[in-house]
Amino acid sequence: MTALYGDVVLDRFRHPRHFGALTAPDASHEDVNPLCGDRLRVELRLGGEAGGSLAEVRFQGDACAIAIASADLLAEMAEGRTAREAGRIGQEDILGALRTTIRSSRLGCVTLPLTVLRGALARLSGSGEPGSEADSRCLAGKPR
Amino acid sequence: MTLGERLRPDFPILARTIGGRPLVYLDTAATAQKPRPVLDAVRGFYERSNANVHRSIHTLGEEATELYEQARDRTRAFLGARFREEIVFTRGTTESINLVALTWARRALVEGDEILLTEMEHHSNLVPWILLARERGLLLRYVPFDEEGRLDLGALDRLLGRRTRLVTLTHVSNVLGTVNPVADIVERAQAAGARVLVDGAQAAPHLPVDVASLGVDFYAFSGHKIGAPTGIGVLYGRREVLESLEPAIGGSEIIREVWLDRVTWNDLPWRFEPGTPPIADAVGLGAAIEYVEAIGREAIAAHDHALTTEALERLTEVEELQRHGPPRPEARVGVLSFNLPGVHPHDLAAALDAEGIAVRAGHHCAQPLMRRLGVAGTVRASFGLHTTSNEIAALMEGLRHARQTFGVRGGRGSVRGSDAVGAVSRLGSSAR
Repeated sequence: MTALYGDVVLDRFRHPRHFGALTAPDASHEDVNPLCGDRLRVELRLGGEAGGSLAEVRFQGDACAIAIASADLLAEMAEGRTAREAGRIGQEDILGALRTTIRSSRLGCVTLPLTVLRGALARLSGSGEPGSEADSRCLAGKPR
Repeated sequence: MTLGERLRPDFPILARTIGGRPLVYLDTAATAQKPRPVLDAVRGFYERSNANVHRSIHTLGEEATELYEQARDRTRAFLGARFREEIVFTRGTTESINLVALTWARRALVEGDEILLTEMEHHSNLVPWILLARERGLLLRYVPFDEEGRLDLGALDRLLGRRTRLVTLTHVSNVLGTVNPVADIVERAQAAGARVLVDGAQAAPHLPVDVASLGVDFYAFSGHKIGAPTGIGVLYGRREVLESLEPAIGGSEIIREVWLDRVTWNDLPWRFEPGTPPIADAVGLGAAIEYVEAIGREAIAAHDHALTTEALERLTEVEELQRHGPPRPEARVGVLSFNLPGVHPHDLAAALDAEGIAVRAGHHCAQPLMRRLGVAGTVRASFGLHTTSNEIAALMEGLRHARQTFGVRGGRGSVRGSDAVGAVSRLGSSAR
C-alpha cells in the first residue's frame, strides 16, 4: 500500500515535523483548496541575523496526506531562508522532495501549502493584505 | 441472480480493469454508466438520422425532429407530467434551476420577498438563488435538518411566511441520501401561497417520480445520472406557469416572428430551447428512459433498497466509521456518505482507487451541509443498476486496508475559517 503515495508522503503524514502553532508569529495566513474544502494555516517567525530569515515555520490543518506532507516539506525548506528566498520555492521543488508521482487531480494538494506560505510572506513584507480567496468569494453574496 | 448481476453485461465499461483489478464503480451519484442501448441509440442517430431539428424539410431532418420529440414524450411519461409542453430540454439540472431563477423568479419576485431553501442543498440549488437574491434584494431562509439527516418540518412551518414566494429543495440529498417528503412540503408551501421547485438530480435514478401527484410547480433532473449522455437535462414546469413566462436566453427556435426591433415568442416548450439543442443526447435520454422502464422503476427501487440495507449494516462493522444521513434504509436511497476518523476522504478515495473501487470524496458541492456535519468532506459510495453485493464486500475490504495505511487515531484537529456559516457540530452523523 505504500506504493500508493510512496514512503516520504506516508512518513511525513504520520510524523510531520512542522505541524502546530507558534505563540507569537510575525505573520500567518490560511486558505482553502476549493476542490476539496481542505484548509491550511501557516505561521512564521523571523529570527537569525537582524531577524532577516525565517526562524520557524509551522502549519496546521485537517488535510490529506499529500497536502500534509507537502506542507511539512515546504516548512522545512523555508526555515533558515530569507522571505525572498522562501517565496521562490516552487511546485517542482516540493514534487521532487515528495519522491513519488502525484496525479494531476491531486496537484492542488501540493500547491495549497505554497499558496498559503506565499500569502503569509506577503503579509510579512507588508506588500498588501492578500486575503484568502475563499473569503473574497463569500463576500460576493452572503445570504441574509 | 440479482438484478445487478443480470444487468452487468449491459454496461460495456464494467469490462475495464483498473490497475489489474475489475472496476467497482460506486460513483453513480456523480454520473451513471451508460448501458449499451443508450450507446447504440446515440451512435445510431449519428450514423443514420443526423440532421438539425424543426427546420429541415428533408428526410433526415424529419427523422431527427421525430426522434428528438419522441424523447420528449418519453420524458413526459417518465415524470408523470400531463402535457408535453411542460417538458423543457436543458443541459442539466443546474441549467434547469437557473432557468427557473432567470424566467419565473426574476419576473415574479420583488425586493423583500423570501425564498425558502434547505441546509442540504447542492450548490446548484444555492448559487442561482444567492445571485438572484443579490440582484433583487430577496431574503434566503434555510430549513435545517436533524441528526438523522431529516428536514425539520416544524422549522419549515415557522419559516413559511407571507413573503415566501418560492420553496426550493432537493428531492434526495446527494450527500445524506435522505428522501425528503416532497408531497407533504408542497402541500404546506402551496397553502402558504409559495411555488415549489424540486431538484430531482438524485431522485430520478432511484425512485419513481410523479410530478402530477407530487404537485410541484417545477422539477429538474439530469439525463446523465440515469444513464443518458451528459449535456441533456430536463425542466418540468406546470403549463399554466410556463405559459406566462418569457425566455431568459435569446436565440433561434424560441421565437415565432422576429422584426428588427421586436419578437414574438414560440409555443411551449421550444420557447425555452434557444439554438440547436443537444439532439443526439436527447435521443440518448429517450433510450435511457426506455431502458429504465423496461427494468421497472419499482424493481430498481427494490434493488437499491436491498443494497442500501446491506451496505448500512456492513458499514457498522468498520470500527469508528461515521455514517451520515438516515440510519433506516426506508428513509433514504443508495447514496452513502461516511468518514473514517484520521483518514482524509481524498486519501481514502485514492486507496480505494488503488483497488479498482471508484467512490467520490470531497464536499460534494454541498459546503454548507459539510459545515453542518462538521467535516471538510466525506467519502460517498453510491449504487447503480449494475451494483452487486460482491462490490459492497470489496468496498468493506478496501476500507479496512485504507485504515491500516493511513489511520491516525483521533485525527489532528482542523482549522476552520472565519467564513464558516453556522455552528460547526457533528449534527447529522451517526458514529458507530
